[in-house]
Amino acid sequence: MTDRSARPAGATAVSGYSRRMEYDREGPQLPAARGPVSRAVGAHLLGTGPLPSPEAVAAAPAYGDDLQLALYQCYELHYRGFAGVSPDLEWDPGLLEVRAALERRFLAALRADTPVHDSVADAVGALLVEPLHGEGVSHFLRDEGELWQLREYAAQRSLYHLKEADPHAWVLPRLWGRSKAAMAAVEFDEYGGGRADRVHARLFADLMSDLDLDTTYGAHLDAASAECLATVNMMSLFGLHRSLRGALVGHFAAVEITSSPGSRRLAEAMRRTGAGPAAEHFYDEHVEADAVHEQIVRHEVIDGLLEQEPGLAADVVFGIDATGHLEERFGDRLLADWRAGRSSLRTPLPALRRARGESSHIS
Amino acid sequence: MPNSPSDPPRPPGAPRRIKVQRRGPLLVEGPVEVELEDGTTVFSDRFRVALCTCRRSRRFPWCDTSHRARSSGAGEGPGGKD
Repeated sequence: MTDRSARPAGATAVSGYSRRMEYDREGPQLPAARGPVSRAVGAHLLGTGPLPSPEAVAAAPAYGDDLQLALYQCYELHYRGFAGVSPDLEWDPGLLEVRAALERRFLAALRADTPVHDSVADAVGALLVEPLHGEGVSHFLRDEGELWQLREYAAQRSLYHLKEADPHAWVLPRLWGRSKAAMAAVEFDEYGGGRADRVHARLFADLMSDLDLDTTYGAHLDAASAECLATVNMMSLFGLHRSLRGALVGHFAAVEITSSPGSRRLAEAMRRTGAGPAAEHFYDEHVEADAVHEQIVRHEVIDGLLEQEPGLAADVVFGIDATGHLEERFGDRLLADWRAGRSSLRTPLPALRRARGESSHIS
Repeated sequence: MPNSPSDPPRPPGAPRRIKVQRRGPLLVEGPVEVELEDGTTVFSDRFRVALCTCRRSRRFPWCDTSHRARSSGAGEGPGGKD
């Protein structure tokens, strides 16, 4: 590594003649630390301090803010990086060692805490049954969600939706034949079918504009709860490890199978609160798109993978059920905060700029 | 045989394939144009299109997963969308 201590954090170029980019000038700001582990990782990225000790990593709760943010920082180097951080740190051996230690803690917790079904058929079958009286977040938002709660929901979900489908693209080189072709077809749809204005991440940014939210990539990282970070970290964990390709496929199937009915409820919530046309469109689009994706993922991706590699069935089940486990934790946290009348965010959102027909309040 | 195709290759101009299931939508290779009962047409250019067969879809003729079984229990899986 070159001398990183003299690096400016801002966007001004040091020299117009540098032969290669030594650090990203653009890109998301590094998040504020949430404890000793994420603080040390952040300091290492800036070249201002040592990596966290194994003892510090071992002492951090697996689902807690500190460990989850540290892991998120490590993973983000594989996506867009951070302003002022060298892109070469993506493959820094010391950082990868810390990332591996964080992953071991997280994965061990997921394996210990996820109630798993006995078979892929059972796990998928459970997702295909819709509860008559659901009590999840999308049910809450449809029935009684207020605009400020929809804004908080979108701000937190933006951590994933602004890189929608990216964590799943990692699995493509690990598949072949039927499962690969089908997975690539679904990803192509997620990426707008070749049209930039239809890329799902773009549609989500449009939704955020309707909700008067900052659409900058990474803008809401500091606001997001540990429970939210864990859902995105799980995707990166499964996507970046070939050994977890079965879990990635199971996770993706769980998302696609549950998306259609959930998106319908969220579209209704957007309509009821007058959130705006782009906000409605994002979820309306997913009702239809994911009714198709569900079929492709079940019949082509999962069946294709297990035909080639039947030994991965248990991993597929784990991916499905771990997704349910983490989504339930995230949903419980959101509903607990909202039912108590408090914000679910760690940092407050700016107030709505536009006047609206409906009152919104953050008490 | 990791790279062998799982289906025999289909010649160009082959009949459009439609997949039928006991429960669930018809899966048609897109793009498709559907003429509705009132004579109007709707269009989809997805690579695969799921056509509702249960007539419960609120986005008919497209499937919206309304064919799914209902349980009396509570709960919700991943509620948002990917």
